Amino acid sequence: MKLSARLAVPAAALVLAGLTATACAPQTSDTSAENDEKSGTLRVWLFQEVSNGPKQKVVDRAVDAFRARHEGTDVEIEYIPVETRAQKIKAAFNDPKSAPDLIEYGNTDTAGYVEDGGLADITEEFGGWPDAEDTDPTAKQSVTVDGKVYGAPLFVGVRALYYRTDVFEDLGLKPPKTQAELVATAKRIRAEKPELYGLAVGGAYTYGAMPFIWAHGGELAEESGGTYTSAIDSPAARKGIKAYTSLFGDDNCPAAKCAEMGGNDTVTAFASGKAGMAIGGDFSHAAVEAGTVKGKYAVVPLPGVRAGEIAPAFAGGNNLGVLKSSSHRTLAVDLMKELAGKKTQGELFDAMGFLPTYTDVRETAAEKEPFIEPFIKTLAAGAKAAPASPGWAQIDSSLVLPTMFQEVVSGRKDVAAASGDAAEKMNDAFGAAR
Amino acid sequence: MSGTTAAARRTGGWTPWLYLAPALVVLGGLLVYPIYQLGLISFLEYTQAQVSGGEPTTFKGLGNYATLFEDPQFWQVLLATVVFAAACVLATLSLGCALAVLLTRVRAVPRLALMMAALGAWATPAITGSTVWVFLFDPDFGPVNQVLGLGDHSWTYGRYSAFALVLLEVVWCSFPFVMVTVYAGIRAIPGEVLEAASLDGASQWRIWRSVMAPMLRPILVVVTIQSVIWDFKIFTQIYVMTNGGGIAGQNLVLNVYAYQKAFASSQYSLGSAIGVVMLVILLAVTLVYLRLLRRQGEEI
Repeated sequence: MKLSARLAVPAAALVLAGLTATACAPQTSDTSAENDEKSGTLRVWLFQEVSNGPKQKVVDRAVDAFRARHEGTDVEIEYIPVETRAQKIKAAFNDPKSAPDLIEYGNTDTAGYVEDGGLADITEEFGGWPDAEDTDPTAKQSVTVDGKVYGAPLFVGVRALYYRTDVFEDLGLKPPKTQAELVATAKRIRAEKPELYGLAVGGAYTYGAMPFIWAHGGELAEESGGTYTSAIDSPAARKGIKAYTSLFGDDNCPAAKCAEMGGNDTVTAFASGKAGMAIGGDFSHAAVEAGTVKGKYAVVPLPGVRAGEIAPAFAGGNNLGVLKSSSHRTLAVDLMKELAGKKTQGELFDAMGFLPTYTDVRETAAEKEPFIEPFIKTLAAGAKAAPASPGWAQIDSSLVLPTMFQEVVSGRKDVAAASGDAAEKMNDAFGAAR
Repeated sequence: MSGTTAAARRTGGWTPWLYLAPALVVLGGLLVYPIYQLGLISFLEYTQAQVSGGEPTTFKGLGNYATLFEDPQFWQVLLATVVFAAACVLATLSLGCALAVLLTRVRAVPRLALMMAALGAWATPAITGSTVWVFLFDPDFGPVNQVLGLGDHSWTYGRYSAFALVLLEVVWCSFPFVMVTVYAGIRAIPGEVLEAASLDGASQWRIWRSVMAPMLRPILVVVTIQSVIWDFKIFTQIYVMTNGGGIAGQNLVLNVYAYQKAFASSQYSLGSAIGVVMLVILLAVTLVYLRLLRRQGEEI
């Protein structure tokens, strides 16, 4: 005890000295730009795709065209890994000095990045850009927060129903026309071929589950006067949740395995021939082609509740945005227009299969590549975006919806209780973000 | 003789501090300052928007702690963490001690084999170990299910079976430390004492309980505290083996929960509050444990 008393005084003195000597508040960085230089080096971060070569070629071509127009300007492109993009981009916001001028980002992050003060408002430049007139409304909505534009859409991604043509032929099945038929078809496949999942679903596959909620007339959240309120526990949304979770079970996709699966797992299961159907995106095409089911599958839009309807898909995709901290704003906006312009998007489709965000470019693409037709039909039927609230990023990353689905699927809670809890968590996040 | 030491103590009272100063400065910088920042952030509203300057940082008082303590999930996670850590510590210590005793009783070759196996487990990075364990127990491709004939039984679906799986991995990668340390301790016990005990007809268990354990006490204290701290702070195994906390968050422990709050959803201030709570709990556990030992008249 004596020793500790003798230790305590100098230790306390040391702590006090430390407190007074160092800055007392955690850091806050200033992301506002001071000037707008007309020459120098522009730094760009783009996402590193699974096979990045073709993307790089298209980007290099666009950058060369940009350089030719701006003498004395250099462009440095860095491809960042998709898995760690959130940390990298946050770090860029925190340290404007080493931040890039232009970034690619997922469209569900728009509102969050704007709230963080990271993206520059380019409403004026976007309005005066001829290409932008043909941007489809859903894509435009994905760069808009409170009526202001914070970037240019680069490509869109939607999901549709992949199915095994050989299995369907074997069992004499036809592609389902309604969601009820979809469930019946899935169970029939499982009953006849127990080694397959009927329709591969995942408890953590939020984007695959959303169309079920929307098809039943439900919404994730409703906006009024700039604030969002969760609608996940409305009767219509609950019907959708019930429909999706009814697919988990030994008669289609056993909960013990499927509750944990995410989107990639279901696509992998389909590609390796372990499922009769799966909900996959246009961007999953390459993965499925590389699997054992190559040449034995087809794609149709995911059916809605009534025959002839298409379930609204989640409008995913990426945007390009100029950072607020950029010291080359004019140049960066110009490069953004080059990279997200009609010409580059057309080339990106040819090289990577990314769906263009311009309606006219998309039509030309569909003529060249019939594979994407069901995806374009899905888009034309009206795809939906995630709520444009900064709270959405938090809802997404704290796994509110996967938790809800998993609670129902594993039998911990019924649909009403699970959706009620999820709604409460969502409202907390929306409220905190205001 | 006694006069001179008293004088030295009077005049040179600050001398030891002078020698300790460099170490204390480093400790202060590396330990006190981060803890101070952790505590400070836990009293602020500090999310990504505040870090990157989108919104001003505001003082929230005990707001973060209130949010935390009102969240029923926090209490559930805390309980799970305490029970899980206790189970891990018990299992690690008993296995480690048992194997240490075994090491002293086998010949050189099996001893070497056991040592190498344990060191191999010890040297495996947690993330690699966890990935391999998950693969071993994979419902579709894992050899364990094939050997046991369990079909496609999923080990990570049930809450307890998932925790049990993680426990196995944790014990596997942390028993070598206990084993090696305790083995070294046993080697240092004079042979005559053990010989005397066995001449008196004491059983193996009796020798361990009445001779070895008391003599190994300081070592056991250290490995216990170490294990408590390690197992309470477990992160990698849960994060990798249960995909970030299990189905509907059923396998969350405090550290993973803090990570989900602080980094995945950028609520740095709430994450800091969880960190402070963990720090307080661990300090309390350690102090109470040391106190108990001291009361029993043992100086360590």
